[in-house]
Amino acid sequence: MTNILIVVVVILLLATLVQIVRVSELLSDIKNKDVNEVTDKDNNTQGILFLIVGFGFLIFVVWQMVTWNHLLLPPASSVHGAQIDTLMKISMGLILIVFFVLSPILFYFLYKYRGKKSNKAYFFSHNNKLEVVWTIVPTIILTSLIIFGLKTWDKSMNVDVSESTTIIEVYAQQFNWNARYSGQDNTLGKANFRLVKGSNILGVDMLDASSADDKMSREVHLVIDKPVLLKFRSQDVIHSAFLPHFRVQMNCVPGMTTQFGFTPTKTTAQMKETEGDDFEYILLCNKICGASHYNMQMKFIVETQEEYDVWLDSQENLESKLLTQK
Amino acid sequence: MSEHHKESFITKYVFTMDHKMIAKQFLITGMFMAVVGMLMSAIFRVQLANPGESSILYSLLPGAWLNDAGGLNPDKYLALVTMHGTILVFWVLTAGLSGTFANFLIPLQIGARDMASGFLNMLSYWFFFIATVVLLSSLFVETGPASGGWTIYPPLSALPQAIPGSGTGMTLWLISITLFVVGSLLGGLNYIVTILNLRTIGMTMQRLPLTIWALLITAILGVLSFPVLLSCGLLLIFDRSFGTSFYLSDIIINGEALHNEGGSPILFEHLFWFLGHPEVYIILLPALGIVSEVIAVNSRKPIFGYKAMVGALLLIAFLSFIVWGHHMFMTGMNPFLGSVFTFTTLLIAIPSAVKVFNYLATLWRGNIRFTPAMLFAIGTVSAFITGGLTGIILGDSALDINVHDTYFVVGHFHIVMGLSAIYGMFAGVYHWFPKMYGRMMNKNLGYIHFWGTFICAYGVFFPMHFLGLAGLPRRYYSNSAFPMFDGLSDINELITFFALAGAIVQVFFLFNFFYSIFKGTKSSQNPWKSNTLEWTTPVERIHGNWPGELPVVTRWAYDYSKPGAEEDFILQTEPLKEGEIEH
Repeated sequence: MTNILIVVVVILLLATLVQIVRVSELLSDIKNKDVNEVTDKDNNTQGILFLIVGFGFLIFVVWQMVTWNHLLLPPASSVHGAQIDTLMKISMGLILIVFFVLSPILFYFLYKYRGKKSNKAYFFSHNNKLEVVWTIVPTIILTSLIIFGLKTWDKSMNVDVSESTTIIEVYAQQFNWNARYSGQDNTLGKANFRLVKGSNILGVDMLDASSADDKMSREVHLVIDKPVLLKFRSQDVIHSAFLPHFRVQMNCVPGMTTQFGFTPTKTTAQMKETEGDDFEYILLCNKICGASHYNMQMKFIVETQEEYDVWLDSQENLESKLLTQK
Repeated sequence: MSEHHKESFITKYVFTMDHKMIAKQFLITGMFMAVVGMLMSAIFRVQLANPGESSILYSLLPGAWLNDAGGLNPDKYLALVTMHGTILVFWVLTAGLSGTFANFLIPLQIGARDMASGFLNMLSYWFFFIATVVLLSSLFVETGPASGGWTIYPPLSALPQAIPGSGTGMTLWLISITLFVVGSLLGGLNYIVTILNLRTIGMTMQRLPLTIWALLITAILGVLSFPVLLSCGLLLIFDRSFGTSFYLSDIIINGEALHNEGGSPILFEHLFWFLGHPEVYIILLPALGIVSEVIAVNSRKPIFGYKAMVGALLLIAFLSFIVWGHHMFMTGMNPFLGSVFTFTTLLIAIPSAVKVFNYLATLWRGNIRFTPAMLFAIGTVSAFITGGLTGIILGDSALDINVHDTYFVVGHFHIVMGLSAIYGMFAGVYHWFPKMYGRMMNKNLGYIHFWGTFICAYGVFFPMHFLGLAGLPRRYYSNSAFPMFDGLSDINELITFFALAGAIVQVFFLFNFFYSIFKGTKSSQNPWKSNTLEWTTPVERIHGNWPGELPVVTRWAYDYSKPGAEEDFILQTEPLKEGEIEH
């Protein structure tokens, strides 16, 4: 029934349009004018519309910035993330300035130079000085942005491992995440996809001496202010490990290992104080991976060293988990 | 082919070799696909605003009336997103835009009777047409059309076990794209040869209208990059069907370990984006060419800095080949490579900025006539400013870490590439409609169409930046699985409202277009008082364009409001007066 109604409405709408166009053409025939010729009156209306709608758009942008500001991600909870935030503020400030200068100029010009039959445009085909200026100014600004950007990138991509670095493997598959801690030796045991069997869901090579003390987990616990190196693998298709609060993202690619190192600076408890009780650090999948892509998550928990030690001790290591069962 | 030979219905409307008719074939096929792609986006926008709610639009889907299995599930959602992207990027904004205006404008604006090879040109359209049929047929496949995203990254696109759309649907997608590439290569080679060889007497490269420059550079980009997509797709076909391991390695799917070892999905991404990034400019440059022409004509002023405009086009085209890595900052490639790609990417902002400044300088002290085409051309400039600026965030690898693959990207490319290009296409249609059909499109409907589209489009795409900055990933069927996104439902509802309103506004355009073909008021020979050669041809379409001798060009295309001239335009064929200097 609704479908028929919609069809009827569409047909009526089209019929109305035909009539409107017909009437306007008949009217212009009577007045002996071409209905489609752009008149001074049209230019006037459209010029004013550009001024109103154009500035309306700019106000809409400001309104969004004010109204939705609280929805944006909180300040970064990692060392490199804070630098990224600084760079973001500078870049965003810069593009907003350019946006709020160029757009009004565009809309104002349209209003100001709206045509009249009696006017004539100013013949102005080029001006080398002007063109050199507006090539060089963006060049200088962009060069400084590039330099600042590359410095930040360099620091963000730092994967150096010190003695205090915790090494954790994050393993992606349709449609969940698993983690593996490297244990006391701080070395992840070798793994191979052909070894995935039964409860050895990560394909860890138990003949490798480093594997015995590894620990598997369905959530990741981290220690505040202690560097961590995440190593990513994927079992099936490309996934992307995205930790928006830490400003961390890295693809998980089958057949290769990728990595991202960072240092968390705020515990989950601290974040709950500012962001509300239901706050959690979450790992999302950010590369289309199949039907449940939209619901592929794992909790990250940042805590103090003591809390972390208690949790880690309570986890079974792979030796007892995999070898004793057989 | 100088004389106007006899045409039957078949040779005139179907297997035609007349570039003007082929252009219309591309345009109408492109418009049809645009409607299909837009309806798809309307369906998934309804889902995003009201998760789980089946809309009336949904019942339009072939799958819905063939074998309905409980509304829009995640697989169908991803299929819609994939097909929407494929259709809009390739069918509408590549073939629909370049195919239409390259075919239509190149011979007319350079003073040629037709393309260098009318036959290849006809083949180009029919390859495209078959590609269209194959792509649309994949909507009727039981397992659904391709659904791994329009970028079809393997292993997802290689393994039917990973997602149902990677079965027959993906095979059809690959066949369709192969045909599409063949079609666009035939077209592209033809465009280049025609522009370089068939310019009329006096039409030097320095006198070419900017539309032709843009179309020439676009065609070169296409010819250099589409073959890479073809080879990229062929290797994927091998991996899918013949057991090779170019892109596959170490995979367990559905509990089964595959034999493939040693391949790399990253190789695919490199090959794909080596096309994929120039593709962005294949879409954008023709629109910028059209806009340059429309803005100059309707400001009644020469385009400001013609040489700089050509230089900027060339520089953008060159840089577009060495920036593809910015789509891959997060793939785990060497961070040093990331630095190089950041550097080259941000450089593109310089020629882009020059183009914007030159557009503004063209408007300055003009005598602006607001035809519907002019409104859309201005829409392009506005979208190019708004969307281009966010590129500075995304091109910076350090900032990309947190906005990569979020709605920030969706907002960015829909504005800078989608809106700029589709506005350019609308501008072109409104501007050259009188030349195509000998009739005028209704002005007032054009005005309504523009304002409705302009307002709704910003209402759709600008808020997406905020979704992205809140961390929301793209291609999520629903964001209800994460409490951190609960606050975003208002924004999603607002976007969907504007999306549906924007879709309805397009009815004004479609109606205006088809009504005016048959009933529009008759056009005069040069309705916009333009300088370029196409307006020296007769209003009635003839095969061969000019009834007598080809025109001889004596000046550039932009002598508008030149001091000393009686009218505010001077046709390119008008000889220079004694003592008159060329611009």
